[in-house]
Amino acid sequence: MSSTTTQIPAAIPPKREITTKPRFSDRVFRGVVTSGGLSSLVILGLILIFLLFNGYNTLKTQGLHFLTSSNWQAAINDSGQIDPKNSHFGIAAMLIGTMVVAVIAVVIGVPISVGAAIYLTFYAPEAVKKVMVSAIDLMAAFPSVLFGLWGFFVLEASGEYWAKLLSKYFSWIPFFKLPAPYVTRSPFIAGLVLAVMIIPIVTSISREIFSQTPLDRMQAAYALGGTRFAMLRAVAFPYARSGIVGGIMLGLGRAMGETVAVYTVLNIVYQVNWHILFSAGGNVASMILLKFGEASPYEIKALMAAGLVLFILTLIVNSLANLIVSRTGKSGR
Amino acid sequence: MALESEENQGDEMETTAAKNSLSDITAARLQKQPGNSALGVGLEARGVHAWFGEKHALSNVSLDFWPGTVTALIGPSGCGKSTFIRTLNRMHEFIPTAAMAGEVLLNGEDIYAPGVDVTKIRLKVGMVFQKPNPFPSMTIAENVLAGLKLAQLKVENKDDLLEECLERAGLWSEVKDRLNTHGGALSGGQQQRLCIARALAVRPQVLLMDEPCSALDPGSTLRIEETISQLSSTVTIVIVTHNMQQAARVSDYTAFFLSDGGPGQMIEVGSTNEIFSRPKDERTENYVTGRFG
Repeated sequence: MSSTTTQIPAAIPPKREITTKPRFSDRVFRGVVTSGGLSSLVILGLILIFLLFNGYNTLKTQGLHFLTSSNWQAAINDSGQIDPKNSHFGIAAMLIGTMVVAVIAVVIGVPISVGAAIYLTFYAPEAVKKVMVSAIDLMAAFPSVLFGLWGFFVLEASGEYWAKLLSKYFSWIPFFKLPAPYVTRSPFIAGLVLAVMIIPIVTSISREIFSQTPLDRMQAAYALGGTRFAMLRAVAFPYARSGIVGGIMLGLGRAMGETVAVYTVLNIVYQVNWHILFSAGGNVASMILLKFGEASPYEIKALMAAGLVLFILTLIVNSLANLIVSRTGKSGR
Repeated sequence: MALESEENQGDEMETTAAKNSLSDITAARLQKQPGNSALGVGLEARGVHAWFGEKHALSNVSLDFWPGTVTALIGPSGCGKSTFIRTLNRMHEFIPTAAMAGEVLLNGEDIYAPGVDVTKIRLKVGMVFQKPNPFPSMTIAENVLAGLKLAQLKVENKDDLLEECLERAGLWSEVKDRLNTHGGALSGGQQQRLCIARALAVRPQVLLMDEPCSALDPGSTLRIEETISQLSSTVTIVIVTHNMQQAARVSDYTAFFLSDGGPGQMIEVGSTNEIFSRPKDERTENYVTGRFG
């Protein structure tokens, strides 16, 4: 035996690259699903480019005023042409209105939705559950203009009573103060309509996540003498929390982008209004709808810029939500 | 007792148990056939049947569980022993189509009687499951004390209770330095002992264990068996197991369940020694000697 053959190399060998050659059919399928997965990203990117391209000019000429002022005026000079120098575009009122209305919708809609999801998952008899789940799905598919009309003709009347009651007893809270006695077509009513509109999606997502609560943990809670409520608190909520936050964010996204229902219900006024019971408000999407029909090409570019801002605002809210979920969500799962 | 539960029948039970030495219990058992009359002590099943929908899963089981004893339920898969153990603390009804007949008496009172608060029953008859199921959102300490929170019990000194329960479950020395870390980081065997500690914290009179070691390695199994031996002086234990050596090692009494294709039945019950050395029924002998199952 020579020493060269028995000697085992002492050095650690370099790491080998581990590869596999997928079959042709597998590659084709991979291509199909990849393009499907990327298409939403591509479409989103194209829309963003479109908005940037059209809105850039307005953002450049208006600067920060576009976000901080509430003046919307397309000036026309003596010769009937657009006068860019004297035109002012600002969407502060609409931006704040967007947030106000969306937050009202979430504050009212989420407790109802989560309650409904808990009822459907843990309390409802099978027959009731079936009927209610399809009713809620139907509600999600309902055209938003019908919600708007319902809000305008039905909710307005009863909402007026509640608005007066709130302003009477809670006017010491700044939000509930009434600067003038006009309570119809207020952000409060619009928020109520939006709350009804986000209930289906938040309920549906919360129900889905609650129904996945691990059975063995639920049994552990019951076996320790827990009531159903105690089980919900100790097991179901920690498990479902991050999913519910995700559902709320989808609802918030819908509330922020809702156009027709808000347009129908709300009295759109170009003035920042924090008084939710007062008949003035607006949101970016409904403003675009309001202005689009009669806008000159120059003004349409400003509307595109407004759309871009709404797009970015939604993106920020969603990223914040993801951050919250990733910070707090893991422990319960 | 540090627990301020409304009814402290556990106290009476322990004294009764102290009076009855094991020989007294055996003597009583010899005199009374199981299932004849309510003894008013410990946990007693009287003619228990169970169904899942239309399927008759368990037929006419009568069995007594005396205070301070360990009873093993053995039998092949599908013989109804897990179903039976779940009727003993009303976890059976957790399955939507489940139904039962007969009586389960705890200290002489039917736990299925109308108007009984099921959460109080489960406080007295605790349960440990096949798969360790600690609450992942809680720390080790919170897990042990979870039952107090769930059942809204008040306790004078939580730290003492925490240490006592972990000690009794044989886990204290391993986790005492990391009580505030999450339970998910423990090994499977440690998680199962954590679940035992959690079950003990509400001071149950009876502890039901549904194949507690089937997901564990031999070392962890041994630790759990030691834990069972230590607990058996203070808590009545009913354990379902597929492992006949385990039944022989830990139990005082053994009940053999079998299904001949129909509903599961209890074939034979007796002291563990008897069942494993000279069973009366041929089927029991075939099973314990490993000829089938």
